[in-house]
Amino acid sequence: MSDSTNHGTNELLALDGVGKTYGTVRALQDVSLTLRAGEISCVLGDNGAGKSTLIKIIAGLHQHDEGVYTVGGEEVRLASPRQALDRGIATVYQDLAVVPLMPVWRNFFLGSEQGTKRWGRFGPLRLDADGMRATTREALARMGIDLYDVDRPIGTLSGGQRQCVAIARAVHFGARVLILDEPTAALGVKQSGVVLKYVDAARDAGLGVVLITHNPHHAYLVGDHFTLLKRGRMAGSHPRAEISLEQLTTEMAGGSDLAELSHELGRSEPRPDSRPGSPPSSPSDPDPDSREERPQP
Amino acid sequence: MSTDLLAQDRPAALRRLFARPEFGSLIAAAAVFLVFAAVAEPFLRVSSLGTVLYAASTIGIMAVPVSLLMIGGEFDLSAGVLVTTAALTSSMVSYQLTAVTWVGVLVSLLVALAVGGFNGWMLSRTKLPSFIVTLGTFLMLTGANLGVTKLVSGTVSTKPISDMRGFASCRWLFASEVTVGGLTIKATVWWWLGLLLVGSWVLLRTRFGNWIFAVGGDADAARAVGVPVARTKTLLYLGVGFGAWVLGQHLLFSFDTVQSGEGVGNELIYIVAAVIGGCLITGGYGSVAGSALGALIFGMASKGIIYAQWNPDWFKFFLGAMLLLAALLNSWVKRRAERGPR
Repeated sequence: MSDSTNHGTNELLALDGVGKTYGTVRALQDVSLTLRAGEISCVLGDNGAGKSTLIKIIAGLHQHDEGVYTVGGEEVRLASPRQALDRGIATVYQDLAVVPLMPVWRNFFLGSEQGTKRWGRFGPLRLDADGMRATTREALARMGIDLYDVDRPIGTLSGGQRQCVAIARAVHFGARVLILDEPTAALGVKQSGVVLKYVDAARDAGLGVVLITHNPHHAYLVGDHFTLLKRGRMAGSHPRAEISLEQLTTEMAGGSDLAELSHELGRSEPRPDSRPGSPPSSPSDPDPDSREERPQP
Repeated sequence: MSTDLLAQDRPAALRRLFARPEFGSLIAAAAVFLVFAAVAEPFLRVSSLGTVLYAASTIGIMAVPVSLLMIGGEFDLSAGVLVTTAALTSSMVSYQLTAVTWVGVLVSLLVALAVGGFNGWMLSRTKLPSFIVTLGTFLMLTGANLGVTKLVSGTVSTKPISDMRGFASCRWLFASEVTVGGLTIKATVWWWLGLLLVGSWVLLRTRFGNWIFAVGGDADAARAVGVPVARTKTLLYLGVGFGAWVLGQHLLFSFDTVQSGEGVGNELIYIVAAVIGGCLITGGYGSVAGSALGALIFGMASKGIIYAQWNPDWFKFFLGAMLLLAALLNSWVKRRAERGPR
């Protein structure tokens, strides 16, 4: 990792004019973002705004085809999540953070398994299962999660606990950048608070955090910088000092869209299936963030 | 089994025993044993144990890699005919090209591994379901087994190779038997035990084993934390190739000739054994030890029905019922594990 270009700014990663096209769909264009150590940078946007595409590029699941992506001052094109992890970038996904049927400790070490020390060079051949269980317990306790039975399938934990385990895992394995994909989207108010507390703890531990969310209230609770995405483009980029929660909420809802919506709602009874705050996307705007097909066994 | 067996207030050790994937098959194996012990007097003879173990081992050898593959989230419908392919290759290479059986045995290993590798490569390249990919390999191998054999030897079976150099040592390795106090143990039983130990250890105590669970449980989540998903699955298919090679060599060296049409349908028996042993058909959950219990249930039922002088036609019926019961139990366990308290 070269320090020559950092000049003491603690810059962990930076995107400059980054874009991505899937076939004929421009999912993302001209997005710039800088993340420093000990900072929480929030990326806000509605469904289909390009949030998922952005994290997939940062996390190495997809490659950008425009702009420059630098990690620690060094330009990169990450070909796999492994390469991102090797650079200290860990991603906690909304729905694929963990493998539900596997025990907590196996999930905790997945992809970074710990071998037996006694076997020396052949250590990786034999898992140090007891050591891994103990380490899992300790690492969770440090994050304030008290879980004795780490042999439980992780699917039996609550959604908030699973997110916390995934965050604790990233912190334990020395991540310097933590990408969180909608960590509070599926959670209730109380559990969201618990997760945001761990996000804050990670920042205090000196990590840089990219928090993806569509909830301006959650973002404003912890964020230091706010980037707004709209239909794949940047619709705003503000440090905390320059924006209030009200402004953020209004911008997030998209001023004119919101006015139009209130106009419509004022004229007619809202349909039972109408969802305020998420204006219906036009048919010519396919959702580039729809999940990839996963191979069925 | 009542739902409170997995309840949170039970002691962890007890709960863990009930929650083990092979727990259901252990109960089932004990039940099948007791039924046949009660109704069929010859079933309890020492010599019968050897027969049952032999029947179980010929399924168990394949059930080990097939269950690992299923835990890894994939099927292999070509596993049954691949056994025949391995036997035919070994026999024909030895007969046509050399007069040393070991050459055929080694070429056969390469062919079996190549077919496994092809399945894994096709799967990761095309992203098609393994059901389709291996159905294709299954049909191709079924046709090639018959076609090539007829082309080479003019009939549907291979020529005898028992007069060749190396036959005796190959036979010793793959098809010998030892008798201790009336109990005859065939070589396949040792192969089965060996594969069981290695397979179970790999699954539970190695990094690769952790990856097997992960790619079967959620391939996307596994990839996101850096698990090489395609490589893991391909290695599992190579494992099936290895098992098919072992069993194929056993068939060749115990019967001297091979019928080219054999093996069709056995792939389902391996899958059933794995499912009875506690493997989830959707992957991510199961055990190798369970596959052995599944194979043992097969062995006991197929021989027990004969000892009890029942109509053997009922064997398949019994098997189907066991499969459904096991699949229901497994999916119940999975729901318990995934839902939990929210």
